Amino acid sequence: MSSAARAEAAEASGAFSDRDQQREACDLGMWVFLTTETLFFGVLFFGYLMARLRFPEAFAAAGRHTDFALGTINTAVLLTSSLAMALAVRAAAIRRRRWAVLLLGATLTLGVAFLVIKGFEYRAEYLQHLVPGADFRFDAAQRDAAQLFFWLYFVMTGIHAIHLAIGIVVIGVVAARLAFGGFALQSPLSVEMAGLYWHFVDVVWIFIYPCLYLIARS
Amino acid sequence: MTLWSWLSTHDHKRIALLYAISITAFFFIGGAAATLMRIELATPAGDVVSAETYNKLFTMHGVIMVWFFLIPSIPATLGNFLVPLMIGARDLAFPRLNLTSWYLYVAGGLFTLAALLLGGVDTGWTFYTPFSTLYSNTHVIAVVTGVFIAGFSSILTGLNFIVTIHKLRAPGLTWFRLPLFIWAHYATSVILVLATPVLAMTLTLLGIERLFHVGIFDPALGGDPLLFQHLFWFYSHPAVYIMILPAMGIVSEIIACFSRNPVFGYRSMAYAIIAIAGIGFLVWGHHMFVSGQAVYAGMIFSLLSFVVAIPSAIKVFNWTATLYKGTISFEAPMLYALGFVGLFMFGGLSGLFLAALALDVHLTDTYFVVAHFHYIMVGGSVSAYLGGIHFWWPKITGRMYPPKWAQFAAVLLFLGFNFTFFPQYLLGVEGMPRRYHEYAPEFQTLHVLSSAGAVILAIGYLLPLVYLTWSLTRGRKASANPWGATGLEWTVPSPPPVENFGETPIVTQEPYAYPPHAVSGGARRAAST
Repeated sequence: MSSAARAEAAEASGAFSDRDQQREACDLGMWVFLTTETLFFGVLFFGYLMARLRFPEAFAAAGRHTDFALGTINTAVLLTSSLAMALAVRAAAIRRRRWAVLLLGATLTLGVAFLVIKGFEYRAEYLQHLVPGADFRFDAAQRDAAQLFFWLYFVMTGIHAIHLAIGIVVIGVVAARLAFGGFALQSPLSVEMAGLYWHFVDVVWIFIYPCLYLIARS
Repeated sequence: MTLWSWLSTHDHKRIALLYAISITAFFFIGGAAATLMRIELATPAGDVVSAETYNKLFTMHGVIMVWFFLIPSIPATLGNFLVPLMIGARDLAFPRLNLTSWYLYVAGGLFTLAALLLGGVDTGWTFYTPFSTLYSNTHVIAVVTGVFIAGFSSILTGLNFIVTIHKLRAPGLTWFRLPLFIWAHYATSVILVLATPVLAMTLTLLGIERLFHVGIFDPALGGDPLLFQHLFWFYSHPAVYIMILPAMGIVSEIIACFSRNPVFGYRSMAYAIIAIAGIGFLVWGHHMFVSGQAVYAGMIFSLLSFVVAIPSAIKVFNWTATLYKGTISFEAPMLYALGFVGLFMFGGLSGLFLAALALDVHLTDTYFVVAHFHYIMVGGSVSAYLGGIHFWWPKITGRMYPPKWAQFAAVLLFLGFNFTFFPQYLLGVEGMPRRYHEYAPEFQTLHVLSSAGAVILAIGYLLPLVYLTWSLTRGRKASANPWGATGLEWTVPSPPPVENFGETPIVTQEPYAYPPHAVSGGARRAAST
């Protein structure tokens, strides 16, 4: 084994014999994980589909009670964060550390902004008695089905928000390690993996948004 | 060799042993619940435990055996140990994730055990709504949380295997040179990764619904309890294949080795594994024939369930054909493997009875169903698991066990199993419903037979525990390849060194290159020229 090959083998960790293999394995691993996540969210969309097919009018009526403006702003915020993330992945790939850290910071900030806006939305819905339970108030004829809609609304956006919060933590760690340790501590590969996850969470929102906010507003 | 070096290990072989110890503990806990049930059922009157306790016993038995024994049994122990060795890799692709998986398994297990000890749960392992969400007064949320956590351990194991098998195969080890054990684990991993998240989310929704008394499974709001059943079985039917496919992988290795023949129809065996895994995703509705799902849905699910029998039958035929003109020796692993083929065939054929729409109306929720899935999961999976343990024990521990005792235990297990579960087919046909702690007196003879068989079965399980533990210190030292088997795992010392292979092996041979025999014409002529 030449000294260069030995150095490369040492750089690749664990079971891998070189960095290419490690890269390919991490890539595949992440995509398998995202497939799992797709099925995880798939249950929610399936449940939504079944309920909505059963109660189309009530779902439309309830859908009009979601906050269209905040939901749309949040969509824009999240898409912008995805742009920042994509640029951060590129910056890391060409080893521009400062840019990568800055762009990861922007992604993180936009992610937090999304959660804050979502928090205000939840607060307004709580005040309007739209949280399912004994306190739920809605037009009597459609009360039960509307409650199902809002149950799905809170579960879907809530589980999405948990995923987003995890993404924020991951990006924070990656950004900090990159800022203080450079590429020796944090390889471009980890930025790319964090990016894949972040884009996935965004894509989920792209499906949630029309289901919950746009259904009665066409 | 400190305890911490084990608890912080990234070595797939050690993690496999951690799993082996933990699943064995859970197996005996689940077995204890079954023992109490069989004692109760010895007499028609409900005199040993109350109805409520009995409900908790069968729930505990089901939850523990399914999620804390059967699902991780072969993949997380033998699979963990052997997948890297069989493909010539130093470790799994993500060793830290592998250890995380074990910790998640233990956390989920402790959660479940705590809930069961604090008073248990009485929903059955299926957690059907609305009983589990509205009416049950037991620790549903805690148990569901435990299963949820354990689910992530399955997902991580599956993910690790998929990436490892794709990316870490030794040079020359093409897909169609892989041992069938690897094919089986690949298919199993795909199921783990695709089905488990559905269970996880379904249980999450169940938990939220139970906590807040609102949810999409609640019929009072217009929600749908059947939706729960669909989602639950979308996971839980493929889960049956998580249990049986790795078992099939083990049996292929053992039968080839002890008949000294290459596996007959190797490619069709690999395709059959993939077919079973694929079609297995489309048959969940056969658990719901009497639930009120659409009759046309029932017909399609019935048809597809019959279709799964085809690749399964291909496997049975090919195992039998592998024996043909082989030099067969009846070592303990072989006895387990042959037992598997018989019991799997029996369990599989009785599955066809249940897949038939009209017949299922009579048999559903009777002991026939209980007998059917125990033939597959216990007769099939557990026999294969023990066969695999006996086959690779010398490799894993570097010691041989007393062969006569092992053969005796294998035969005892086979007899005890049939003695326990065959009467349950008859009980089911006669109409004895499952999950009852008392019954009409005319069923007693068969129940007593079944309980007596369970005693033999229990001895069959305890014996290996004793002599295998004995062999750890007293057993004869094992050579690298005591069975004369093919496969990369047999080319390294027993037990294998930490890095597995000193140098990455290069594979030039087809799998199961056992020496040609008597009249295996073509191969022999090729060899002599």
